[in-house]
Amino acid sequence: MTDRDHVNGARLSGNGRGRRDGVAEGPPIPEQATVLRLPRPDRGPAGEPDGAREPDEAGDPESHGASRGTGTGAEPATAAQRGESGEHSRSGEPRRSQGASIVRFPGAATTEERWAHSGQDGRTDAVPEVLPESLAEAVAFLANRLTGEYTVDEFGFDADLTEQVIAPALRVLYDKWFRVDVRGAEHLPERGGALLVANHSGTLPLDAAMTALAVHDNHPGDRFLRILGADLVFQIPVLGSLARKTGQTLACSSDAERLLGRGEFVGVFPEGFKGVGKHFSARYKLQRFGRGGFASAAIRAGVPIVPCAIVGAEEIYPKLGDIKPLARLLGLPYFPVTPFFPLLGPLGAIPLPTKWTIEFGEPIEVDGCASDGDPMEAFTLTDQVREAIQQMLYTRLERRRGVFGG
Amino acid sequence: MPSNVVLVTGVGGELGGKLLARLGSNEQLERVIGVDTVPPSQWLVDRMGRAEFVRADIRNPLIERIIADAGVDTVVHASMTAHPAGPAPRVAVKDTNIIGTMRLFAACQRSPRVRKLVVKSTAAVYGAGPRSQAVFTEDSPLKPASSRGYVSDAIDMEGYIRGLRRRRPDLTVTTARFANLMGPAVDTVLTRYFALPVVPTIFGYDARMQFVHSADALAVLEQATMRDIPGTFNVAADGVIMLSQAIRLAGRVELPVPSSALPTIAPVLRGAKLVDFSPDQIQLLTYGRVVDTTRLEQEFGYAPRWTTREAFDDYVRGRALGPVVDRESLATLAGKVATSAVSGQASGRAQPW
Repeated sequence: MTDRDHVNGARLSGNGRGRRDGVAEGPPIPEQATVLRLPRPDRGPAGEPDGAREPDEAGDPESHGASRGTGTGAEPATAAQRGESGEHSRSGEPRRSQGASIVRFPGAATTEERWAHSGQDGRTDAVPEVLPESLAEAVAFLANRLTGEYTVDEFGFDADLTEQVIAPALRVLYDKWFRVDVRGAEHLPERGGALLVANHSGTLPLDAAMTALAVHDNHPGDRFLRILGADLVFQIPVLGSLARKTGQTLACSSDAERLLGRGEFVGVFPEGFKGVGKHFSARYKLQRFGRGGFASAAIRAGVPIVPCAIVGAEEIYPKLGDIKPLARLLGLPYFPVTPFFPLLGPLGAIPLPTKWTIEFGEPIEVDGCASDGDPMEAFTLTDQVREAIQQMLYTRLERRRGVFGG
Repeated sequence: MPSNVVLVTGVGGELGGKLLARLGSNEQLERVIGVDTVPPSQWLVDRMGRAEFVRADIRNPLIERIIADAGVDTVVHASMTAHPAGPAPRVAVKDTNIIGTMRLFAACQRSPRVRKLVVKSTAAVYGAGPRSQAVFTEDSPLKPASSRGYVSDAIDMEGYIRGLRRRRPDLTVTTARFANLMGPAVDTVLTRYFALPVVPTIFGYDARMQFVHSADALAVLEQATMRDIPGTFNVAADGVIMLSQAIRLAGRVELPVPSSALPTIAPVLRGAKLVDFSPDQIQLLTYGRVVDTTRLEQEFGYAPRWTTREAFDDYVRGRALGPVVDRESLATLAGKVATSAVSGQASGRAQPW
């Protein structure tokens, strides 16, 4: 334990020296390169993260410390610190031997030993070459998942998982069940922040997932739509974490503006639960657009609004009634009664195979609006977007021949 | 005017102790005094250089005399315990957290020579929940998970800071809200948690975790002591890892537990002196917490050197956490199974399955 403490102490003293000049210029260059070069106890070169390998190439850690420190603080290495550095190099040996062994837990020793051997000679080619490419990719993906070698952004968005697992699963529903037809894909912004605003419906918000997939599959750059969801979504186990992993986050102004500021394409359904849970008779009648927070967010971020009309989603679960006591009991905004649910039990949860059309309208620019938060401007913009979507819905519905055939 | 006489509380803790060692070897300082109720470790005694240690309780009026007699001009309050490593007597910790802080701040207010205060706080003051924004800035509202937890102590402490600043506007106050510390020598509830062979998690949730390497935390505290940078700053590393990902990186086994069963499991872990699952902790492990560090980088002028991932890797290496399940071999095995399935020949090692 003392050895380790010394190593840590040495690193601490090394770290504080540089970057007093402060303001970030480029990525931080950790000066712990020497430490990172030590063999890792449980991972071979295959498992080395990219982020950890970079500092090695950054060169001699000492020169960094010297050139960067402009010295307001503990510039000269004190006797104590020098002592630590000395011990650091000496303590390299015991660490190495310690790192070579794998800590065994009772009962697993024999298996682990066998695996450890197979791991050591098989590590460089964890994915054997004889495999067909698609299978090799799947194995590589699985291997990265198992070892934790993937990255998520600050919202918890796991692009890898979304692309490899969730999107293919949803694509079956998208292609075969709802046979989604996409119009106006040329209106999708190529890059930069933008806000997609769509109608919300369907009792269960499948339209959000389908819209995200429609954007991803029809955008030349495979853009991900970052949807803003209600807090209820993040309260529900499994669904909540799945929502975060697929890039959703809470519908609040700080998250919306943060995403837009990062240049993301953000999707929002301002009708909220009033839209998803509306009665079947109210289908395609846009509900109130919340407090219009999306409009102020777009104005503040200075991004265009892409109106989007989803036709077909409003008939997947025709909601005819609402069992309010049950909803209250379960803490849900409503407990739907459809022709098949709860009558047929779980079977009633199968959505009707309606034919969907998702249309992206011409982007509405917010350039003319003052960004100092004039509420009237936000209301006007809200109404303008709402009107645009309602018009698109009516036009699309007029051309529709049948609910199931399109 | 640079700092000359510095008083550091909580030098028995990892961060406070290392800060004392760093300041003790700093030629620019006239005098450095470390205070704690427990005597310093041998490690610290060897390294504290010119720094002096006074065994005193900050709840005791003695602290006021030390500050006055030594002519302390800079006080670093690093003894606030928001994440006690193991089960600790709540009453005693709360007493030190609250009464100690109040006494210390009162002494600071009274002594005309004190002109700077550096406070170690925690990012846990923002809380975490389904209604929380994804990334907290310094202006976000402070919400404790429970009104009795350690985090509520930190929120109370920040309230006292505001009061002190009102009464002594000439005081330079720097508050650093640290994300969970991570590093080989860090002993907190979280580092103990990830060292469990089987790590209980909350079923259906995967929290976003953000850490700060103890080296970065130390550098921030030291710079705050040496320079005059008033304000409140989030201190956290770049990047986020998911809880499930961290468990895999540490080679542990995840055991999802329904949140309704947690009240049953928590006392068992607490009784076995393993980890303390406080409401604050459960909230963190359910929803996760990420803070924005723009202000730290631009106003404070410090860019953390370790990313969250690097800090966690360093912790795993430093603790020599061996894999409970060697996932890499498992992945290799999966490759081999797939190969044998394709090529039609079974490889010997794939047989156990």
